Amino acid sequence: MNRQEEREVLLNVEHLCMHFHAKAGRRKTLVKAVDDVSFQVYRSETFGLVGESGCGKTTTGRTILRLYTPTSGNIEFDGRSLTGKMTKELQSYLTEHITCIFQDPIDSLNPRMTVREIIGEGLFVRGIHDRAEIDRRVFEVLEKVGLTKEHANRYPHEFSGGQRQRIGIARAIIVNPSMVIADEPVSALDVSVQAQVINLLNDLKREYGLTIIFVAHNLSVVKYFSDRIGVMYRGKLLEVARSDDLYEHPIHPYTKLLLSAIPMPNPLIEKERESLVYDVKTAHDYSTEQPHMVEILPEHFVYGSESEILRYRRELKGDALCC
Amino acid sequence: MTARETVLEVTDLHVSFKSIAGKVQAVRGVNFSLKKGETIAIVGESGSGKSVSIRTIMGILSKNAVIERGSILYDNQDLVTLTEKQYEEIRGKKIGLIFQDPLSSLNPLMKIGRQIAEVYTENYGMSNAEARQKALEIMADVGIPEPEIRYNQYPFQFSGGMRQRIVIAIALANDPDILICDEPTTALDVTVQARILQLIKKIRDTRGVSIIFITHDLGVVANIADRVYVMYAGRIVEQGTCEDIFLDPRHPYTWALLTSIPDMKSREPLAAIPGTPPNMVHPPKGDAFAARNRYAMKIDLDEQPPMFRVSDTHYAATWLLHPDAPPCEPPQALKDRITEMKREAGVL
Repeated sequence: MNRQEEREVLLNVEHLCMHFHAKAGRRKTLVKAVDDVSFQVYRSETFGLVGESGCGKTTTGRTILRLYTPTSGNIEFDGRSLTGKMTKELQSYLTEHITCIFQDPIDSLNPRMTVREIIGEGLFVRGIHDRAEIDRRVFEVLEKVGLTKEHANRYPHEFSGGQRQRIGIARAIIVNPSMVIADEPVSALDVSVQAQVINLLNDLKREYGLTIIFVAHNLSVVKYFSDRIGVMYRGKLLEVARSDDLYEHPIHPYTKLLLSAIPMPNPLIEKERESLVYDVKTAHDYSTEQPHMVEILPEHFVYGSESEILRYRRELKGDALCC
Repeated sequence: MTARETVLEVTDLHVSFKSIAGKVQAVRGVNFSLKKGETIAIVGESGSGKSVSIRTIMGILSKNAVIERGSILYDNQDLVTLTEKQYEEIRGKKIGLIFQDPLSSLNPLMKIGRQIAEVYTENYGMSNAEARQKALEIMADVGIPEPEIRYNQYPFQFSGGMRQRIVIAIALANDPDILICDEPTTALDVTVQARILQLIKKIRDTRGVSIIFITHDLGVVANIADRVYVMYAGRIVEQGTCEDIFLDPRHPYTWALLTSIPDMKSREPLAAIPGTPPNMVHPPKGDAFAARNRYAMKIDLDEQPPMFRVSDTHYAATWLLHPDAPPCEPPQALKDRITEMKREAGVL
């Protein structure tokens, strides 16, 4: 337990599965939204989860928050298991330590509550009923996120998109959480405002030493913001690496495709660029070999069968020789 | 470069909306032109008036909108003066429009194939069998696999990218001269977006349509556009070729836009644009961007800058280009990025 490591694992997700039953007419299907996903998040780091819509990134975040009961697998947070029966005690442990920032800053704020009530509610349900104390901390956190005291008595509709997202962030950090799950926090915002919110999150991360799971589909934002990145596709985690490594040496064909598809604001090369093609059905043959997550380079994990891993290693060696 | 024929010319367009709070001046003097076979991109944040401009072209403004001034010249007629009846001959037939959300522009209760075939039966008076044949052809053209099966399916059975292809097919069925794309890829995943952009480029090259592309993603602009118009607070603040805008931007707003997006290389704090866009009920007297502009001068607060000429293709509306203005360099971060871009492309 008290092993002195350089980095401490805060969240350990092991073989997490989240399956949903879906009914299409009379046919029943099983949707494997998250399928055998394992990763670790270290204290004070930002872990990015990317992938296209429907790949299970949001479901992973929500399952960690225990908004869903996982089908199987284990989630350990700060040495404590978050799976199993939902007790009152586990519930209060969760709300105490993990908070969430949502994508839509309009829908996630109650239109009939003032900003003071929205932000202070977290404190109230944690047993702080002293109005003056709540006010003091609300004002403090408002200033932290770049709003002012005067904003406290207003309603959400009186704010712009960027300001509303700031309110959402204030609500998430007022309880001093150990970890924040940010689910697409900037994708609903305009470019110019996006930068403001990203900078704010960066400042807060440094100041509070926050651990953040950053879920997004915009790779350039994720790359900019995260220390390590996990790439998801169809419920599987395909590649996990430090963000620079992932961008410089993507290994999995899907990661390569994803990187090649981002349009770069550089007309000199963008006009000529061709994006790659990846067809999941033909790209892998897992009929004889079972794929696993393998550490192919230090801290660089990739999902593949044994022969694939061999091929990836050879490709890497080839690259190294070329350079 | 041969001088190509101009297909659409928008001059001094002013559009405002009546509201309880007063008159919202959404578009305040927009000029642009579109040549045959060319793609122009209009970039700007939400509320900058880019969608209102193209809605005016399509004649689909809401009831409280007033076109105060200006003209839209297409095929020797001024679209602003047309009656609704006359407009019907142009809207959809000569000028096609693709919206951001493909699901809401399709009829959920009608089979996909029928929605495309309808164009042929209604507009060209074809028989059902002929129309079906034509629809199948165009479905194959826009890259729908197994059009025979897909023809009889409903919109909900299609993925986002496939739906957008259908919308493009419907727009193309009329064989328009101009295709207006209003953020057609914003709702799509990057991988799907790349394919839709490829499709739009292919259509442009094979059919010779002119394209107006509305977006706020500068990466997409770099991918598709020949010329770029940057809009802010209802005006064009800078215009030029793609290279002009990305490699030699002159307007501080363009600088800010280019440096506010994270690039793949650095971890420097992003140069966020402070503040929010101005209230268009009472637009500021001088340069609308002055309040958020680090490089604003006194004159920016008093007087609207005219378009200054940088080169034959490149114009920008900023007092910084006035001969009497103090010399002003773009921010270092931007200069670094431009050098990096050139290095990547092997120009340096």
